[in-house]
Formats: sequence, C-alpha cells, structure tokens
Amino acid sequence: MTDRSELTATTASGSREQPVSPAVDIFEDDGGITLLADMPGVARERLDVKLDGDSLSVEGRVSLDGLDDMRPLWAEVNVPLFRRTFTLSRELDGSRIEANLKDGVLTLRVPKHPHAQPRRIQVTVG
Amino acid sequence: MFDTMLSRPQSLFDQIESLQRLLTRASGQEITPGSIRSVAFGAFPEINVGRTPTSVEVFAFAPGIDPATLDVTIERNVLKLSGLRESPVPKGDAKTQLYANERPQGRFSRAVTLPDDVDPTKVEARYRDGVLRISIALSAAAQPQRIAVQ
Repeated sequence: MTDRSELTATTASGSREQPVSPAVDIFEDDGGITLLADMPGVARERLDVKLDGDSLSVEGRVSLDGLDDMRPLWAEVNVPLFRRTFTLSRELDGSRIEANLKDGVLTLRVPKHPHAQPRRIQVTVG
Repeated sequence: MFDTMLSRPQSLFDQIESLQRLLTRASGQEITPGSIRSVAFGAFPEINVGRTPTSVEVFAFAPGIDPATLDVTIERNVLKLSGLRESPVPKGDAKTQLYANERPQGRFSRAVTLPDDVDPTKVEARYRDGVLRISIALSAAAQPQRIAVQ
C-alpha cells in the first residue's frame, strides 16, 4: 500500500496489466444495434474503437490527474485499462458505426445494412 | 435485481468481498481482473481513496450520471454519496431486443469513512469523464508545517 502506483495500478511492464472488461448494455431495434459501455475516467483521446473484419474492439485507459504525490488508502479500481471485443454479424454495417463518449459512457451505434432492415410488404387487393 | 443490490451497499457480500481483497493484498498476489466485475455489480460506484500531503481525495467511478442528481454529504467524518442512474434501454418497446444489461442502474448509495484529521468544511467536488472526485482538505494541524529556525 505504500507504492502510489497502486492507486490505479499502473504497471511499468505492460504485459502484466490485464485489462478489465467494461460492463455493457446492448440492445437492438429495427435500424441496428446500440451498445453502451461504462468506461469511467477514460478521456476521448485515450479511447480507441477499432473494427478489424467483423471484430469490433473498444479500449480505453483511465487517466486521473494529480496522482503524483498521492498515497492510496483504499482502491477498488485497480486496473486502469478497459478492453472488450465483440463480433459483428453479417447484417450489420461496420463502415457506418457511430461512437460517442460522454461522462465515461461510450455509446456505439451499429446500423444494419439497408437490405437487412425489416420491411413491411404492402398487400394490394387486386 | 440491480435495484436491490444497489440499495444494500454494505451487504454481507460486500464485506466478504472486502475481506477477500484484504487477504489477497496481504498475500502479495495480484488481484484477479475478474473480481473487479463482481465489485461493479455489488457496489456502485466503485471508490478509490488517496491521500496527499494536504488533502484526502475520494474518486467515485460513476459514469453516465447527471451531476445535478448526485448528493454528497459529510457527517461525522462519514462521506455519503447517493444518486440515480437511469436505464438507457427503451422500456415497453416490443421492437427492442435486449441482449446485455450489465450496467448497474437505479438508485445507489455508498458511504466512506474519512480519516479523523480532515476538515469537513473544506470540500470540493468535480465530475469529469464519469469520475466524481471529492477533495477534502486536511485540518490545519494535520498539514505539513515549516518550522522557522530561530
């Protein structure tokens, strides 16, 4: 408890640092999928959203300022790195993902391809 | 489910969790990343507390909250923090399919016992990037003082 780095457990060797999986809400409507991820302490410039094929990954680093002369008394958040990966299905359009980070919550909107959206077929009486 | 868990921040499970954390720390092992999720479910927000030469700093990791709904009080060196987190999931919409609902929601409340040498009249609270940071100054007697040499 004397090492101040424990406050956010910033380890010098990146290999020891295992990221934490952020809690998410995921829901789908006709137009696409909405994903919300809790990433408190992550600023916009420390957030990385990547799409590799059908693999969508989000990663963010917690940055708190003024920790230099701080000694931890209690720490529930021990790992300052969030990371989680999701697999997109074919009807989702990865090229049109919208990402928004506000107050530590990342919101991703993954729209469906237009042809994958449900259509109501008009029945004509003839 | 989250509502009931959040309304009992000092539940038995939390105490077991705290105990486990202390034991893990004492044994020098690294805390497994898995445990942090269970904390997130049992106690929201997660809290870190640090001490500088002039203040005690409390960090509450509470993303996605309107700061106006946060209620922070200090009474007899106990810092209490409560608020409300709304669910973003549209309710009663038959067209919405829910796949994951891990983020805690509803009313939450947590309490932290502060060290004895703080000055509860000098408090600052800021909310940034989903982290509420509360700075409580140390009492004048507890702050480092320069002694003039005669």
